[in-house]
Amino acid sequence: MNATHRLELRDICIQLGDQVLVELDAEIGPGEVLTVMGPSGSGKSTLLAYLAGFLAPEFRASGQVLLDGHDIGGLPAERRGIGLLFQDPLLFPHLSVCGNLRFGMPGASADKAARVEQALATIGLAGFGDRDPATLSGGQKARVALMRLLLSAPCAVLLDEPFSKLDTHLRHEMRRLVFDRLREAGLPSLLVTHDAEDAEDAGGRVIELSH
Amino acid sequence: MPIRLLAAAAPVALLLSGPAAAAPDPTNWEAVLDEARGQTVYWYAWAGEQRTNDYIDWVAGRVEAQFDIALTHVKVGDTAEAVSRVLAEKQAGNHDDGNVDLIWINGENFATMKANDLLFGPFAGSLPNFALTHPEHNPEVVTDFTLPTEGYESPWGRAQITFYYDSHELRGDSDEVAAPPQDIPALLEWAEANPGRFTYPRIPDFTGSTFLKQALIELTDEEQALYAPVEESDFAAVTAPLWDYLDALHPHLWRSGRLFPATGPEMRSLMGSGELALAFTFTPSEPAAAVADFELPESTRSYVPKGGTLGNVHFVAIPFNSPHKAGAMVVADFLLSPEAQAHKQDLAVWGDHTVLDVARLDDETRALFALDESNPAMLPPDALQQTLPEPHPSWMTALQDAWQARYIGN
Amino acid sequence: MMLRLAPVLLVALLVVPILAGLGMALLPAFGYLPALGGDSLSLAPWRALFAEPGIWRSATISLASGLLATAISLAVVLLYLAAATGSRLDRWIRRLISPLLSIPHAAAAFGLAFLIAPSGLVARLASPGLTGWERPPDLLIVQDPWGLSLIAGLVIKEIPFLLLMSLAALPQLDPERRVAMARSLGYRPALAWWKVVAPSLYPLIRLPVYAVVAYASSVVDVAMILGPTLPPTLAVSILGWFSDPDLDKRFLASAGAILQLGVTATALAIWWGLERVASRLMSLWIERGGRRRGEVGLHVAGKLWILLATAIAFVGIAGLAIHSVAGFWRFPDALPGSFTAAHWARVLPSLAGPVASTALIALCATLLAMVLALAALENEQRRGRHPSRALWLLYLPLIVPQIAFLFGLAVVMEQLGTRPTHALVAFGHLLFVLPYVFLSLSEAYRRFDPRWSQLALTLGASCNGTFWRVRLPMLLAPILTALAVGLAVSIGQYLPTQLLGGGRVTTVTTEAVSLAAGGNRRVIGVWALVQAVLPLVGFILAVGLPRLLWSRRRGMQGAP
Repeated sequence: MNATHRLELRDICIQLGDQVLVELDAEIGPGEVLTVMGPSGSGKSTLLAYLAGFLAPEFRASGQVLLDGHDIGGLPAERRGIGLLFQDPLLFPHLSVCGNLRFGMPGASADKAARVEQALATIGLAGFGDRDPATLSGGQKARVALMRLLLSAPCAVLLDEPFSKLDTHLRHEMRRLVFDRLREAGLPSLLVTHDAEDAEDAGGRVIELSH
Repeated sequence: MPIRLLAAAAPVALLLSGPAAAAPDPTNWEAVLDEARGQTVYWYAWAGEQRTNDYIDWVAGRVEAQFDIALTHVKVGDTAEAVSRVLAEKQAGNHDDGNVDLIWINGENFATMKANDLLFGPFAGSLPNFALTHPEHNPEVVTDFTLPTEGYESPWGRAQITFYYDSHELRGDSDEVAAPPQDIPALLEWAEANPGRFTYPRIPDFTGSTFLKQALIELTDEEQALYAPVEESDFAAVTAPLWDYLDALHPHLWRSGRLFPATGPEMRSLMGSGELALAFTFTPSEPAAAVADFELPESTRSYVPKGGTLGNVHFVAIPFNSPHKAGAMVVADFLLSPEAQAHKQDLAVWGDHTVLDVARLDDETRALFALDESNPAMLPPDALQQTLPEPHPSWMTALQDAWQARYIGN
Repeated sequence: MMLRLAPVLLVALLVVPILAGLGMALLPAFGYLPALGGDSLSLAPWRALFAEPGIWRSATISLASGLLATAISLAVVLLYLAAATGSRLDRWIRRLISPLLSIPHAAAAFGLAFLIAPSGLVARLASPGLTGWERPPDLLIVQDPWGLSLIAGLVIKEIPFLLLMSLAALPQLDPERRVAMARSLGYRPALAWWKVVAPSLYPLIRLPVYAVVAYASSVVDVAMILGPTLPPTLAVSILGWFSDPDLDKRFLASAGAILQLGVTATALAIWWGLERVASRLMSLWIERGGRRRGEVGLHVAGKLWILLATAIAFVGIAGLAIHSVAGFWRFPDALPGSFTAAHWARVLPSLAGPVASTALIALCATLLAMVLALAALENEQRRGRHPSRALWLLYLPLIVPQIAFLFGLAVVMEQLGTRPTHALVAFGHLLFVLPYVFLSLSEAYRRFDPRWSQLALTLGASCNGTFWRVRLPMLLAPILTALAVGLAVSIGQYLPTQLLGGGRVTTVTTEAVSLAAGGNRRVIGVWALVQAVLPLVGFILAVGLPRLLWSRRRGMQGAP
């Protein structure tokens, strides 16, 4: 998990009709977090959708997205190697905690079970593998969601206001956990938020979107 | 499936494959039995009566065991559907691979099929069990509504109009049961005295149509005209007394003659629920059987009016394009066997009278046909001696059309 | 690749047979059917049709019963939604919708007939105590010449359908907030619902309403059981002509089929006109701004009518059950004098075949419909497109009267040399199952939170993997419900089974309807009950299976 990755966004420009929604040119190094801030309606979500590969057909986008030097702009979402962390933990309700963690793990490695168990231990949820995700607390769910993302071995991560729905006391703790983990894994990350504290805790550069 | 549908747009060529199988020779019965083995026979038979359906199920089990024939009862609401299917097949050029192997039939449906060359035959005379009907003494087994059957259909059972009533209902205030009407004019008087307690099935149902014919025979002055094709007489003049009678009768019928039960069995169920007090059937033992089935009260009694009533024989026939004629013949023969005929006559089964000449059977076989006289709803054994013959089939259709034109939509 | 073809295939599968069937009705209607010696176009079939006794009355009753049944059902549903949303009655009714919907039309019609006939349950319960009747009164109730009992039978079955469609559409309107807003302006709750929710709801359920108009104006099996007889409704007359041994009547019948198409189209046109008028009146009423007057009436009506309709349906089924075990039952006894299992014992041996056929046909048609519907919906999701307008054609089989094109279709099949088989019947059922399966699934599918699949994709799952591992299991409940709806629709089909099966394919529905001719209430009770129970099995599985499978997944208990 300590490979180093680099995400480059070159002259990104997303338009809806004639209206320019987002213009961005940035580079995110291994373990770096780039925070994009802006009020709602400023195109933050559109930017994430574009990078992850879900841009709705009515939008037009130009520019290049390079991940480790390869242009991934034309690849389908599942082959981009970009992980997403949503506002909600979105643990699959039909799978156990363990099933959620295994969902994104690539290949048929023999030590899957052991790695899942170990991963659970590192987020303080040892022995929770068989649990129904609906029975976890908000903070526990958020941690499982983070661990699921990391276990899917992405090359870059997008964070879509992942802390906005947490209680204030949990929020700070989660921020630290997430950012530490991402840094540790050497993943370039892009955080969109409207919360200045998020940006502060992320510690990286901040870009403001207007509108 | 869609590809086939698209092909419909192109000129349709009828691709009825397979070599035309030679029709079996009914006179070589051993060969017929051989050929029948393993065949599936589709028997299109009216299915409005559970007892009949059960009996046909029983037949299916027996022919499977005895002759290795798979008999499938194709349940039709009206025999005309089967006739129409065979006719449509002939029109479409399907001459040897029809859907229908055997039809339960008589009267105008037989006349239609015979007139259109839709029947296979003659075969009935060659069935081994046919001799037991002794046609030389019983001309009705080879005559269908005045038409000679000429071996194109094989007799199966007997029907005769039989009236039945609830003696409990007719009792009124006294202990004496009022005498039920004994002829058609008396029926009108009875209906006037008991409004809403009698009806007849809606035309073109065959039981209802038979009631029309019964009334016509009793009312018209020109009875002889009924036994020749309708075209040969003045329909309006012959039937005028019937329409006068019905016009007078209808206001006193159940629902004031504005609604009629769809079939004879439905009329029976109206008796069962107490809506009617007097009804009739074409199956003489039906009331007794229905008492046994809890459908009618135990106070049900049957009778045949003094002047006698219409009776006929019902048959089975084989369409010209049946691919399983041998199997169909074997089934027709089995239906004539003492075993099948006696089972059919059993009140607990169906109660349909046999077409065999019971008096000429050997003693042991005759014992199978002993009637259960203990059931009070059963007719006295000699009641069925006064049988009026059926008019020419063309009268049935003409009466049906005239009735519908007169009474529909008013 | 295959997925892209799905919507095209779906539409073709529905439209081509209907057009082919209509074509084969249109040609003979003008005298052209070479197989029967009709080589040239003529108006003779039409002259014969209009010379039929009572033809105009038949057509008028078909038209009127279509319009009235729809108007009453719709009114009951809207009144109920306005008055009872959120109440205890509401939760109760919502639970009953599925079983109500699953009762086949024929079984419900028998149930109603046994209930309201002069010798039926109601008269028995009230006699002789309340009525003084010692024998059944000679009243023309069932099969009345005005079609009132027919309309009642249709209303009972159409209410659950329209209710289900409304409940599916309502969440997009956020009715609670609208009503709360109106109440804050001083409107009483039911009035508020009528004034701020109903006008937006109607456009969303318009197509299902049209389907009800079309169905009610052309129904066959219910009309055979409850409809008038002298003359019967147009659709029933047509059925009789088509099976007449006089093959010349087929020309007449084809003309009748086209007339039926015209009657249904006229009913739809009149309904469309009524919509205009009603919408005018509604806006006048809304603009007048009355906030209180009529609330109590609306409230009572809203609860009363739906309760009555639901009760009739269930008591009717209970009546069937009693008849199926009844010994002799003299009027006016409220219960049979004795009970017996003889009717069941008699029917059971012959039950296996039709039940197996019914299940086989229903499963084939429904599973095929489900695959097609899922493929079309999945395609929609993957391509990020809005629902194609062509999918409106899905309603075609529900709007074109069955009797108008099924005979033509049967003729096409006959000409192609197709023999009646279970496969052919299943294909015929597919025409009617597919729209219902698609309609019941599409709401859930389209509303499914897109983030779930995005999440799965970013976790590296492929498109297909996402479908199998996320969408399918999470949508299991609505998929099973749609399957149950499909099964129920297939089980209830009478005409397609009868016509495409050539009488050789017997299902519980064809058995029940053909035995109806015998009028034996006990036997009818048995068959109608079997007919009503089969689809119920589907619904029980649809509700029970997810609960069982997800018993340890609380997040799957509610709707996704």
